[in-house]
Amino acid sequence: MEILQVVGLGLVATIISIVLKSQRPEISIQISIITGVIIFALVAANLSAVLKLLEGIANKVDIDLVYVTTIIKIIGIAYISEFGAEVCRDAGESAIAAKIEFAGKILIIVMAAPIILALLNLLVEILP
Amino acid sequence: MGIELIFKIAAIGILVSVLNQLLIRSGREEQAMLTTLAGLIVVLLMIVKEISNLFDTVKTMFRL
Repeated sequence: MEILQVVGLGLVATIISIVLKSQRPEISIQISIITGVIIFALVAANLSAVLKLLEGIANKVDIDLVYVTTIIKIIGIAYISEFGAEVCRDAGESAIAAKIEFAGKILIIVMAAPIILALLNLLVEILP
Repeated sequence: MGIELIFKIAAIGILVSVLNQLLIRSGREEQAMLTTLAGLIVVLLMIVKEISNLFDTVKTMFRL
């Protein structure tokens, strides 16, 4: 059961981080970063299985592969920008976190632009 | 990979803070500062290696 592993790891890392927070705050932040990385590594296999399932469904329903890969890219950008933003907010640097999220949103809009254009063209054709 | 990495970093952190106190009490503030920096750099190197692994995994998985 991965979930037990993940929760156990998170609790132990939180306790260690609190122990070190008073003496060495910079090391406690690095412990929270490394815990995030390890938990992602634990669930990475399942995540890739979910993504392959998504692609399989898209192929079966015969959706154009470009849309699905764009969606998967957007999910990746969202995950990484959220990871960085939360670590910065945890360290007390909410301004940097806001900038990271801002950049993430811009990149997602850029990534989604072709899909939006395709949708608009489709609408123009349909409407009389 | 996993829990022992966290324990390694925690051990380094505790060791550095104890050494720091020891050196400050014995009057050598500069050595205390140097040991703190050394501990920080060692932990930073380990963290950067793991973060680059994370970025590679995400890059291949989400095809970024």
